Amino acid sequence: MTERQHWSSRRVRWTALIAIAALALGGSVIYALLAFERYQDQITGVSAASVTEDLPTGSRIVFRNTASGEGYGKIAAVPLDDPQGPRGLGDVPCDRVYAAVGMISCMRTIRGIPTTFETQVLDSKGHPVTTWPLPGVPSRTRISHDGLVATTAFVTGHSYATNSFSTETTIRGTGDRDYGNLEDFRMLINGSELTAADRNVWGVTFASGDSFYATVASGGETWLVSGSLRTKTLKSVVENAECPSISPDGTRVAFKKRRPGVGAVHWDIAVLDLASGHETLLPLDRSMDDQIEWLDDGTMLFGSPREGTVGDSDILSIKPVAHAAPQLFIEHAWSPSVER
Amino acid sequence: MYLSLSDWTARRDAVDRNRASKVAFKASPTVIALGIVSMLTDISSESVAAVLPLYVTSALGLSMVAYGFLDGLNQGLSAIVRIGAGYTADRTRRPKPVAVVGYGLSAVARVGLLFVQGFGGITAIVGADRIGKGIRTAPRDAMIQSSSQPEHLARSFGVHRMLDTIGATVGPFLAFVVLLIVPDGYRVVFVVSLAAAVLGVAVLGLIVPNLRLHRPVAASVDVPSEAKKDGAARHTGQIGEVLRGRLRPVLLATGVLGLVTVGDGFVYLALMSHGHLQTFWFPLLFVGSNAVFLILAIPMGRLADRTSRSAVFVVGHVALAAAYVCAGLGGTLPMVLLCLVLLGSFYAATDGVLSALASQRSPSGATSTGIASAQTVVAVTRLVASTGAGALWFVFGAGPVMLGAAVFMVVLVPFAWRLLSKRNDETALEIER
Repeated sequence: MTERQHWSSRRVRWTALIAIAALALGGSVIYALLAFERYQDQITGVSAASVTEDLPTGSRIVFRNTASGEGYGKIAAVPLDDPQGPRGLGDVPCDRVYAAVGMISCMRTIRGIPTTFETQVLDSKGHPVTTWPLPGVPSRTRISHDGLVATTAFVTGHSYATNSFSTETTIRGTGDRDYGNLEDFRMLINGSELTAADRNVWGVTFASGDSFYATVASGGETWLVSGSLRTKTLKSVVENAECPSISPDGTRVAFKKRRPGVGAVHWDIAVLDLASGHETLLPLDRSMDDQIEWLDDGTMLFGSPREGTVGDSDILSIKPVAHAAPQLFIEHAWSPSVER
Repeated sequence: MYLSLSDWTARRDAVDRNRASKVAFKASPTVIALGIVSMLTDISSESVAAVLPLYVTSALGLSMVAYGFLDGLNQGLSAIVRIGAGYTADRTRRPKPVAVVGYGLSAVARVGLLFVQGFGGITAIVGADRIGKGIRTAPRDAMIQSSSQPEHLARSFGVHRMLDTIGATVGPFLAFVVLLIVPDGYRVVFVVSLAAAVLGVAVLGLIVPNLRLHRPVAASVDVPSEAKKDGAARHTGQIGEVLRGRLRPVLLATGVLGLVTVGDGFVYLALMSHGHLQTFWFPLLFVGSNAVFLILAIPMGRLADRTSRSAVFVVGHVALAAAYVCAGLGGTLPMVLLCLVLLGSFYAATDGVLSALASQRSPSGATSTGIASAQTVVAVTRLVASTGAGALWFVFGAGPVMLGAAVFMVVLVPFAWRLLSKRNDETALEIER
């Protein structure tokens, strides 16, 4: 009987539900309309950075433009000798970008149902040459001295209740050169073969000849591995190293290193001297989550999200010495790539 | 809709083959309301899940790498919380407030999504959402059980699972539509998700009645010795009682079968490994098996009520074994479609039916704990199976692992069937009455 009394207020409850539904749906629609208007402003308004038409040629830094306004999200470049100057804009939007040997690798998201992803290879002027499908969210890309393109994508399951993510890293050329998924390479961790399915590879950096460096992760641990395309083998070098980047003189590898301890993930930068095996740690106040790019043998660059502004970021520079502090290098930019 | 207590206890174990056909099925408004709550909550969580990787990488400029490290921790935590919540629902005999806490926690997590930018915040939010899911599942299923006609229990769970799966399918679709209209409109997705979650909690809070689970003493129709033990167990340890009682064969059979249930992720990977499918299709495989699941959820529940819940549950695993064989042998289009149909059938035959089976066999007054135990056994054994399959994946390759799992499954199915039919209390009770 108490249940019945409880339900005498049925009408009140239904009215309340309808009110909540109207508020929730109305609120969402209004928010969506405002967001749509904001987005229109963002892509058509005056750019927050000074821009010019066309990508500059010659030695340059190619990146993703994140200045709000015209050209947001598109490929951009500045001359190497005037990095803070006006940026030349390309036509193609990219999430991650890399330029070398007259090629540009542009990893991008194609909105749709479902949303898909692709790698578009552009010529040095930013015109499309060829396109490959990507299995997931763009993450890292690099180009070798002989025109091979490495890409890393995050492949995610439909539901976060199942396996949460895996990476797919492939190396291929524009012709028929295709080394496939690096997960299928032989992996040697401290000399013994890794057989677990729980293995992920990401963040390729090309060295000389057919050799390269990358990250291998399994069972919650990560390793810097040196790889060979000829023998299709990855061998561990040091533990706790992600997203390596080799210096232009080929003597050092910089990577992000996870700070020990539980709680929020915090990455610092470490620089490994390949000849001596000595590792220099650069502790950072703010965690770093990018693949480093070397400006020259004495300066490293990386992207850093802007605090308080979702979707905007800056490129910072840092010296590869112990306890160096990062400095602002290019405002409103992401995914730097130095083309000499 | 509102069955009296004695009515329910007298009929709770009824599985007379003809009974399900004699009593007309009437979908309980409470079950439908709970289904709508789950549908809205799944729209909310799956829309976020679909865009979260994109948001984290392209908008926040972070990598997803740290995400996986915390996954195991979250799953373990979720299992503990699940049993705790089931136990609390039973002790208080009010499952609704516990469910409200679970759904509410997930809704609050959505608010957080609008404000955090760092990785720590994102993982905390995903963790809170998962804990919320752990809390709500068992009390919700106990509510479904207590407001369903006992003759049509599996069918009622089928109704709920169908609505739930519709939500899981609509969620990602909705998210991609939003991103299509407002590129980079992740926050719009989060606002829509929050609206759906709030609406879900509102339906639960305002429309679903605050049901009182039947008291253990009313279980006089049950085997008397067990009823006595029940009373004592309320003070000493209800969970132990659940594990020792008539539910034990269900838990054992579920555990045995769970140990060879390697997870759909592997089935999809095996299908992809044949190289016929472009990676582009990967997300659509989930949609395919979900569609089959939602179409078959009610018919399978109906079949289980008319024949035997245990049998449908066990035979459902044969469909899974067949899906393994399909995935192991070929990646051609007919094989892929057959595999998805089998996988969807497996979920339709086992997901809701297990909750029906567990609630039917739980000691009176311990339904939530019983359902929570069965779901935890499923979660833990499947995690073990997936870890094992993962370890063997690169040694033997996708095909042999799938075929091996199918062979083990076929060997274990008769064993599980024996466990379930050995103490056939269903018939025993029928005779007693």
